[in-house]
Amino acid sequence: MKRALDPSVRRRAIWGYAFISPFIVGITVFFAIPFVQSIIFSVNELQVTQDGYELIPIGLANYHRAFFIHPQYNRVLLDSVLQMLTELPLIVIFSFLAASLLNQSFRGRTVARAIFFVPVILTSGVLLQLQTQDLLMNALLSAQAGMSADAAREGIMIGRDLAMLLDASRLDPRFVNYVISAVTDINQTVNRTGVQILIFLAGLQSISPSLYEAATIDGATGWEVFWKVTFPMISPLVLVNVIYSVVDIFVRYDNPMMILVRDVAFAQNNYGLSAAFSWVYFLAVLIILGIIASAFSRRVFYQT
Amino acid sequence: MAMTDTIFAHPSIAHTRVDRRRLLFHRVGKSAYSVLRGVIVIGICFLILHPVVSRIMISFMTEQDLFDQTVIYIPRQFTLENYATVWRAMNFAVPFFNSLRLTLLVSLFQVVACALIGYGFARFDFPGKRIWFGLVIFTLIVPPQTIMIPLFLHFRFFDVLGLFRLVSGQRGINLLDSIWPFVLMSATGMGMKSGLYIYIVRQFYRSVPRELEEAAYIDGAGVLKTFTMVMLPSGVPAFVTIFLFSFVWQWTDTFYSNLFLRNLLTLPRALNSLPLVISQQMYGEIGTLATMPPAMASMYTNVGSLMLVAPLVILYVVFQRYFVESVERSGMVG
Repeated sequence: MKRALDPSVRRRAIWGYAFISPFIVGITVFFAIPFVQSIIFSVNELQVTQDGYELIPIGLANYHRAFFIHPQYNRVLLDSVLQMLTELPLIVIFSFLAASLLNQSFRGRTVARAIFFVPVILTSGVLLQLQTQDLLMNALLSAQAGMSADAAREGIMIGRDLAMLLDASRLDPRFVNYVISAVTDINQTVNRTGVQILIFLAGLQSISPSLYEAATIDGATGWEVFWKVTFPMISPLVLVNVIYSVVDIFVRYDNPMMILVRDVAFAQNNYGLSAAFSWVYFLAVLIILGIIASAFSRRVFYQT
Repeated sequence: MAMTDTIFAHPSIAHTRVDRRRLLFHRVGKSAYSVLRGVIVIGICFLILHPVVSRIMISFMTEQDLFDQTVIYIPRQFTLENYATVWRAMNFAVPFFNSLRLTLLVSLFQVVACALIGYGFARFDFPGKRIWFGLVIFTLIVPPQTIMIPLFLHFRFFDVLGLFRLVSGQRGINLLDSIWPFVLMSATGMGMKSGLYIYIVRQFYRSVPRELEEAAYIDGAGVLKTFTMVMLPSGVPAFVTIFLFSFVWQWTDTFYSNLFLRNLLTLPRALNSLPLVISQQMYGEIGTLATMPPAMASMYTNVGSLMLVAPLVILYVVFQRYFVESVERSGMVG
């Protein structure tokens, strides 16, 4: 408390507020107010009138409709959660491996790095939308590559070989299926990891070389160095990446729930219902993030 | 790795027979590893580049080549006709410059706002800082679709503290279909993914040594002067990064422009209606999506996408080096 009275500290605090003042205005006007309003809308029926809009309170009817009457809502909600849970580990593990590779020194590293981030450009906004719509183009592409039937058969064969191998190991069949889908969907995973690779790479670069030197002098093997130095140092970024990926998967344009929310609002003009939809969805996201964050934060290592 | 090399290479150790064998194993293992690494890296690069290259090759094909099973990758009848058709149908220059103006404006405002805000979070201590920064992260977590309708109505009947209503009696100004929603939101750190940019700038400035600033203060510079003369120039790599991100995402955005700018013909929007427009131009009044062979519709969309991406790729190639290095320097730990 004594510190706060010191004039220079106080001046710094005022400057701090001055610098973030645009954010304070922005979050109040363009975030907090709409955020509260969307709760209000979700328990009302919204009708657009000539000089504005009217709200007719209808209680929890919109929520009731979402869960018990709407034919698709529950299924879409469950689908997007399951989709997230399957994609998340793949994305985090792949981006970590890719970042570790790109962090090593080899010839052509700069080129490889440049290429690894290309998906960030190629899957943004309208491009992703067009790609998912355009199944025909994809079919054509594989036909052009001369791998239509052959490659598909081959792909299945590889999948089957892998399946037989894994089956022989008597692992849980659910796990086996997961590994196989991970291998066959590698394309999708690669396309979704640009930013995550970037974050991991930045983290790997910031680990002080003296730590590695000390470990090697103490006789640690590569394996030990990885688990005792690299992994703890990078663990805060695992959390950052998990959160980023969860949010990214949930709000991306091809997410079925986002499409549903948009349709209900702008194709059917049912703003109240759309608000209720997105609120239930947001709460689901928040709960999942909370579980993940609390599970991770106990294991994360902070240097300071 | 380098360390172990020097230990093994030390003459007094390496000259015994056992150690020579270990040295050999070590060398073989290392080169096996670098081969494996090369295979993986090249494989992933192939996965990323293969669709792009095929799309480019297909875009030079005539309709005949497209259906010819024997034509693979290299078009037999090389043509630029597809590009010409798409250029005419989109009236490319118009949506291009519309998009360019909007994207440049938004990105510049984003960079300025996020530079100020990020610097504020990185270098000043003030009560409530943790809460405010928590809110930055919170804005990233909330799906924009949750607040989309209130925002839409907010700009439809825009008003500051009811002042406008007091003066004119009307319920707010209609700011939709103008550039203002974009300007206002990106200038206040609430634009598309602004939270991420604030985070990047903050992390970057935290890694800049404090001595730099202190030297300026000792020389008698004030906070503002220190910021503009010392900290802004040293933050350039971070600004390039967020400018690139912002440019790419705004350039291909349909969500915000469908919400606020429904009448401006941006590139993504022109691209979405492209097959229909071409069909109407080819077949006149009766032209619908059904009158054109689906493969050709697909081909035109493909060509249009390539034309949309081209400026981004050029931008990326120009700034790539700068960009990757800057991200490394920012060391986003925290």
